[in-house]
Amino acid sequence: MARIAGVDIPNEKRIVTSLTYIFGIGPTRARKICETCEVDPEVKTKDLTEEQSKLIRNLIEKDYQVEGALRAEISMNIQRLKDIGCYRGLRHRRNLPVRGQNTKNNARTRKGPKSRPGGKKK
Amino acid sequence: MPRSIKKGPWVEDSLLKKVEELNAKGEKRVIKTWARGSMVVPEFLGHTIAVHNGKQFMPVYIQENMVGHKLGEFAPSRTYRGHTSKGKK
Repeated sequence: MARIAGVDIPNEKRIVTSLTYIFGIGPTRARKICETCEVDPEVKTKDLTEEQSKLIRNLIEKDYQVEGALRAEISMNIQRLKDIGCYRGLRHRRNLPVRGQNTKNNARTRKGPKSRPGGKKK
Repeated sequence: MPRSIKKGPWVEDSLLKKVEELNAKGEKRVIKTWARGSMVVPEFLGHTIAVHNGKQFMPVYIQENMVGHKLGEFAPSRTYRGHTSKGKK
């Protein structure tokens, strides 16, 4: 098991797939990383040579914002919207959809599970 | 679709003129405006602008990180105080 970008431990999968286990790296970036490091994307993570994994580790550290740093940036951006009191910030504060979606129905991702009036439950 | 960069930010002429007048004189006064679609530009920094929300003018103090937003974003035009919960009745 290789350790890349701090705490992530991708497993016995192809290296492209393993890289996507890192927060901030999806299929596209994973493929790109393999390309720039000249690593065969089909190779299993455990079969990587020491240099190859070093290359990948350095590249991610240098060029990409992943994991904690990325999460911090996202929450900072949201906090900024909240602080200036703009419409998007207000929507974030109330946990409602931010981008103008309808809220008469649905919007359950933001609103969470339904609450029924009267509190009766089947 | 966002506005083309070529055109630059949109600010209502009358509003920009008033702000620049105040800047030239170096004074601060509340400016009433209906121009909710106007972008906040760096010239506005430190001013208080009263933005109409359809009913009243909401005073908005312009801070640095508000630049690039539009004035209307800071003056909500809808009031919703939630549905009556069972306990309140």
